[in-house]
Amino acid sequence: MSFPWANEYKPGHPLMQWLDEKLPLPRFVYNAVGAGYPVPRNLNYMWNFGVLAGFCLMLQIVTGVILAMHYAANAGVAFDSVEHIMRDVNWGWMLRYAHANGASAFFVVVYIHIFRGFFYSSYKAPREMIWLLGVVIFLLMMATAFMGYVLPWGQMSFWGAKVITGLFSAIPLIGDPLQQWLLGGFAPDNAALNRFFSLHFLLPFVIAGVIILHIWALHIPGSSNPTGIEVKQESDTVPFHPYYTAKDGFGLGIFLILYCAVLFFAPNMLGHPDNYIAANPLSTPAHIVPEWYFWPFYAILRAFTADFFFIPAKLMGVLAMFSAILVWFFLPWLDTSPVRSGHYRPLFRKFFWILLVDVIVLGYCGGSPAETKYVLISQIAATYYFLHFLVILPLVSSIEKPEPLPFSITEAVLGKDEGAVLNATPAAA
Amino acid sequence: MVRLFGPLVGLFFAVALLWSFGVGAIQAIREPEPATAAHEFYKHPKEVEFSFNGPFGKFDRAQLQRGFQVYKEVCSNCHSLKQIAFRNLTDLGYSEPEVKAIAKQWGTKAKTFDAKTGDAGERDNTPADHIPAVYYAGTGNPPDLSLITKARHEGPEYVYSLLTGYTDQPAELLKKFPDAKTPEGLHYNPYFANLNIAMPAPLTDGQVTYADGTKATVDQEAKDVAAFLTWTAEPKLEKRKQTGWAVLGFLLAATVLAYLAKKNVWANAH
Repeated sequence: MSFPWANEYKPGHPLMQWLDEKLPLPRFVYNAVGAGYPVPRNLNYMWNFGVLAGFCLMLQIVTGVILAMHYAANAGVAFDSVEHIMRDVNWGWMLRYAHANGASAFFVVVYIHIFRGFFYSSYKAPREMIWLLGVVIFLLMMATAFMGYVLPWGQMSFWGAKVITGLFSAIPLIGDPLQQWLLGGFAPDNAALNRFFSLHFLLPFVIAGVIILHIWALHIPGSSNPTGIEVKQESDTVPFHPYYTAKDGFGLGIFLILYCAVLFFAPNMLGHPDNYIAANPLSTPAHIVPEWYFWPFYAILRAFTADFFFIPAKLMGVLAMFSAILVWFFLPWLDTSPVRSGHYRPLFRKFFWILLVDVIVLGYCGGSPAETKYVLISQIAATYYFLHFLVILPLVSSIEKPEPLPFSITEAVLGKDEGAVLNATPAAA
Repeated sequence: MVRLFGPLVGLFFAVALLWSFGVGAIQAIREPEPATAAHEFYKHPKEVEFSFNGPFGKFDRAQLQRGFQVYKEVCSNCHSLKQIAFRNLTDLGYSEPEVKAIAKQWGTKAKTFDAKTGDAGERDNTPADHIPAVYYAGTGNPPDLSLITKARHEGPEYVYSLLTGYTDQPAELLKKFPDAKTPEGLHYNPYFANLNIAMPAPLTDGQVTYADGTKATVDQEAKDVAAFLTWTAEPKLEKRKQTGWAVLGFLLAATVLAYLAKKNVWANAH
């Protein structure tokens, strides 16, 4: 599962030797995130975000479990129980703000992680499985975040739940019964709130499980790197510990500073004021918008305003919104260029930046009221989104002439590669 | 397979989107969205200097007490404040006997129910009670004010602007939108989302008499009650900001150490 020059775990203390024979858990950790995992020596800070995402999940689980001790999942008292947490539970305000902003931080980190994958084509062979599992994690995160936002039972919670479960009613024939089955009623109420709470508690542990698979799959080929060329020799790698534990530690510090600045000084910046109004089924908010991390997909959903032949606009919107994420599953087979890194792909690189701007434009439109100008802009932006993945990427892969690659990672870092010349006795890192 | 069907699916969505775009664009040119009075005459909240603004902001206790007085004597006739218990008022600088007296003298009594006889009754409020609910029988639907400054964009500024923003409907508006005349029973206020609010202007000069001698202008009353309602929505605001500085200080030091450790570890690897 690793390179032949990986350090071997050698338990020193007799107790650790005993443990290694019975249950080699320390050996497992040593090989996974310790000195026993050789990692390319040239990873930049974009490779910090996997660790940060794992940190965010743990943060959400710890704060969430404590919040669940004080929260009451009942439509009659849920809103007030959140205010009870904010006012009367010791440090409850901090836990709740940490959890609400923790969700945003998790998505910021994961979006950077995903776009890192786009730029460096981290999805390409032999790492397809890591990518597929990553998309599964992202889908689970979206479900978890959506259900979590419903729990405070404010106006946006209620109407968001109504709109999103309403998507299923677009499915022909079984749509309406399906929506009623999902909600446990004709509109979101106690039944829906209770099942959302139950699933919101469950899914993070499912995510943790898929993350274990994600990392397991990662450790088979090892991490990719900014040059996109594979590790050839020992001088191309350094042990994960202490090199990347130290580097990720610094990155974690920067992340925590930014996260805590928002948590303590602008904790409601990313939320919607309407969610401080208790849910009221008789009063529809002027603009129903989801949390910011759903805006690009919400814009795609709303972009379909006209029926397309015999397909109703609403159904088209739902299909497109889910397809916008499902298309990521096919990325390893749509982008067929043998070169991975965007650094050596001049044409691909341009389209990457266009995609990034396109998604930001979609996000801006998704967060704006459904006025004509925003809908028209999001229609153009959504068109580009689908063309980018399904038409442009395959086309670019076949016509592009990539720039020359360095011979090895060592050469990319040091400018010379003695190990490569000799190729028998690799230089020590 | 993927390379065959992928582009087809992509083109399918692209054509459907451009179809929607075309239909929408033609409609937008033929009949543009009509301008509305609410769109053109709505005003964003005024800029206000509050003592609790900024990363070092703190509540002004005297101002909170004045704001509480405005709530008690004016707002509480129609608006409830159900998230606040009388005991919370010690945060405003009132002593425990003062809080007891405030609770005891509160106009609306606490409701009681005798489970043995089935009789409903009343008793004086105690510090443990929440401020009693207000049942408003008139037109309109006065919202609970506990969280109002967090339930509106720029909440404290919004409350202040709304309370000081009542004017006559501008002649220009009526000329441009003859149908948008403020209906009977509503009141024009450009800071309210749809311009016409059910609540009549609640504050007048000298409506309350402040114990600390502050002149009770409408402006002052509005500012004080906006500050008070910021406290009711976020009573832990000061503690949050103080904690924030301690946390950031620690993180900054830890991050500097982490950076030095990283530099040390990588010294030979570049």
